[in-house]
Amino acid sequence: MNLNKLTITEAINGLKEKKFSSEELVEDCFKRIKDIDEKVRAFVTVCENEALEQVKRIGGNVPNAEKPLLGIPFAVKDNFCTKDIKTTASAKVLENYVPVYDATVVKKLKEAGAIIIGKTNMDAWAHGSSTETSDFFTTRNPWNLNRLPGGSSGGSAAAIAADMTIGAIGSETAGSIRQPAAWCGVVGMKPTYGRVSRYGVIAMASSTDSPGPITKTVEDSALILGILAGKDENDATTSPLLVPNYLREIRVMGEMGGISWIKGIKIGVPKEYFIEGIEEEVKNNTLKAIDVFKKLGAEIVEISLIDPKYSVAVYTILQRSEVSSNLARYDGIRFGNNRTFFGQEAKRRIMLGTYTLSAGYFDKYYLKAQKVRTLICQDFEKAFQKVDIILGPTSPCTALPVGITKGASMFGELQDILVEASSIAGLPGINLCSGFSQDGLPTGIQIIGQNFSEELILKTSFAYEQATEWSKRKPNLE
Amino acid sequence: MKIKKVLVGLEIHVELKTKSKMFCGCANDSDNNKPNSLTCPACLGLPGALPVPNKEAINKTILIGLALNCHIPQKSKFDRKNYFYPDLPKGYQITQYDQPFAINGWLNLKIQSFDKLRIDLFEPERLLPQSRRPERSRMGQNSKLKISIRRVHLEEDTGKSIHTEVCGEKVTLLDFNKSGIPLVEIVSDPQMESAEEVIAYCQKIRKIIQYLGVSDCDLEKGQMRFEPTINLLIEDQGKEFYTPLVEIKNINSFRFLKRAIEFEIERQYQTFQETKEEKSSGNKTTRGFDQVKMVTFEQRHKEEAEEYRYFPEPDIPPFRISEKEISNLKSQISRIELPEAIEKIFIEKYGLNDAQIEVLTEEKSLAKFYEDCVGLGGDEGISSQEIANIIINKRIDYQNLSPIEFIKKIGESKNKFVLDDKDISVFIDEVIKENLKVVEDYLKGKTQVLGFLIGQVQKKALGKADPKIVQKILLEKLPH
Repeated sequence: MNLNKLTITEAINGLKEKKFSSEELVEDCFKRIKDIDEKVRAFVTVCENEALEQVKRIGGNVPNAEKPLLGIPFAVKDNFCTKDIKTTASAKVLENYVPVYDATVVKKLKEAGAIIIGKTNMDAWAHGSSTETSDFFTTRNPWNLNRLPGGSSGGSAAAIAADMTIGAIGSETAGSIRQPAAWCGVVGMKPTYGRVSRYGVIAMASSTDSPGPITKTVEDSALILGILAGKDENDATTSPLLVPNYLREIRVMGEMGGISWIKGIKIGVPKEYFIEGIEEEVKNNTLKAIDVFKKLGAEIVEISLIDPKYSVAVYTILQRSEVSSNLARYDGIRFGNNRTFFGQEAKRRIMLGTYTLSAGYFDKYYLKAQKVRTLICQDFEKAFQKVDIILGPTSPCTALPVGITKGASMFGELQDILVEASSIAGLPGINLCSGFSQDGLPTGIQIIGQNFSEELILKTSFAYEQATEWSKRKPNLE
Repeated sequence: MKIKKVLVGLEIHVELKTKSKMFCGCANDSDNNKPNSLTCPACLGLPGALPVPNKEAINKTILIGLALNCHIPQKSKFDRKNYFYPDLPKGYQITQYDQPFAINGWLNLKIQSFDKLRIDLFEPERLLPQSRRPERSRMGQNSKLKISIRRVHLEEDTGKSIHTEVCGEKVTLLDFNKSGIPLVEIVSDPQMESAEEVIAYCQKIRKIIQYLGVSDCDLEKGQMRFEPTINLLIEDQGKEFYTPLVEIKNINSFRFLKRAIEFEIERQYQTFQETKEEKSSGNKTTRGFDQVKMVTFEQRHKEEAEEYRYFPEPDIPPFRISEKEISNLKSQISRIELPEAIEKIFIEKYGLNDAQIEVLTEEKSLAKFYEDCVGLGGDEGISSQEIANIIINKRIDYQNLSPIEFIKKIGESKNKFVLDDKDISVFIDEVIKENLKVVEDYLKGKTQVLGFLIGQVQKKALGKADPKIVQKILLEKLPH
């Protein structure tokens, strides 16, 4: 039946209307995984037995207000702790680590009735933008198996693009949701820092880590964000702000005619985001997307932001500093393998971060980076006095060939140049597919909003998605 | 060459008494529990777990700060102190680096020599040679000393390493029940000049914290630990030299604290004589205290300078303590009787002396017992002095006695001796007549029979004669 091709909202409707059972839905996903994951390699762990057992317990029940995701298969990035299911962060140090508790995101998914079908591959410890630096294996881009899926949430993005799951979860520190979503042509939502709980997410850079949904459509993104967001008593950095019903809001907007709504919106396009060396097709597709918004009636304003190259420096210092501290617990004394199991990239980051925090260098690096971070935040605040949202390309290029990261220690940072500024400012952003290159590779645009403006971002995205056909295209993996 | 001055600064660690640990919901109750039974992902430092700060602990820290006359800054935050130790599960300790909850306080001390202190610290064979003892100009009955307190900050305790042998193999066992217990650190300026002053300071801090009710400060249970930093000002051939700083880690008794300081004074003096090494930046060393040999020993060489890579804890947003919160805590503290306030009442209202106050305020519950008794005693015509003396001299078991019962007992014994001297004389005459043989023994030098004679008088007087008066008259009447 190929139920695995459904979006979350389609699957929910189908289940409610009893067109098929959750058992069939889950089985189709596992069938797809068996058929193609040998080629794509999106999953580190597939939990077929656990999932099928869970599905059996659902019986004849269908999704409802209390359990809106009842029976919906989900793939979860392998840095989210899953009770009794191996959680490795694609790192050899945690090769055999089985958590005793669920991350809040996982708990919320389970409480909503979702079925965890597997854990997806990533750059080890989320250090990277290719999923090539996984300590286990490289995930391939479903649009072209000789290309990378991006990262670090490459496994989740590839699993969604290849229809191996209905929904997926990723996490972004600076680009790790949006960039793989761009390279895989799917919707990737990076919420405001503090909107979704980090509890149980193996920490990379604690001050920017943001879990979020990777989905086939904007509607799905709105539905899942609504379920995941909110204050968590286990994460002191989560916001107590009320969570809007994103899905209802965008549907209301859609029903009332997105075109009339989008007319009042001012979209800022930062000229600095069309950086030197940007792929022509990425640039053209971004300009075409701007045209779509123009036609919808939005006002397009050219704006100027701090050159994104400064964000790379700031992010690199802050992130390495936090990494050096966050990875200190992996000493192999209480759990996991010992330190000799750390990969090259992790070691590099620990060393750099240890250096930037050392006495005598702290002021020069960490403190200075924090000051520039404040400037970047202020820069965005200023921009948002003029415009409602900011639009630009997500990644300067389409998916790059497998093997390109070898020896390129700053690969990730340069790939994420267009998403790092908003990440260190804590802002929410989304990737939408803006079309395809002549080689058939997806290109992506990102829409960035002010803190806690996810509703506005989702509405804008929904209007764009409805006006385009890109999200309906599927890669051919036969 | 002689010691001109001893300089000691102190870091005191106090485990707070709270319902839950500092950053998680586990019970704060590390005693009497099975190892690792009070743990969760957060205090075990498991992947993905996050710290959530304990408001009760923060308030109690600010209370200590207020009681030590500190300023409470509006802005505060937690930081990470990165270092490796097996019982530090995250690889860093969450503490406060440059924005503690309380700063710039002070404490007045009354300094007494050790023989006046009630605790048994006096070990003559281990006293410093007189030549090494600096002049004690600050000692004496009425000398007062103001010690500056730099900061009061809050952090988490580590787990416990137990070095032992299991099946013939030397192992280290780890118990994380203690991991994450809120720990307050109180840092003084280096203004203490002798072990006496250090002990007086530590005892006073302990008393204040106990009176606040925020910790039991049980030294044996490690609820209060001391880390003195010591160096000397030495005069040699008309020139002055400071010896390198030495920090002594984790001392958990007043006796060891005194011994460690005095040992260190002697050691630094002799080391300086040999090496002439002066204090400079980066030559501070850390020493431990060997409780068996009663000596300090080097733990960390100066070359391995401390490098903790402090940075702001990204998992906990910074704090803004509002004026309202501070004034609420201030009013809370104004309702708590602190030792100094009670001492003042005891002097001004009850006319007690320092020695009496020292005993009666040692425990908050005893001070309260005394105050309650004085209140009740007034109606019975029993003075505050009488009550103080009875409590101190008879070592009253006040914990198992109500003030009402106690006063009733005193009243009864006071009303007992109703016979006047004349009546007593009559009974004494009778007893002497009836016990001539005993009187003879007494005259031969068997003075111990006096008690028997007094007892005989009391028998006739039905216990209503004051034994002191009986003795006095009896001695007068007995032939010399």
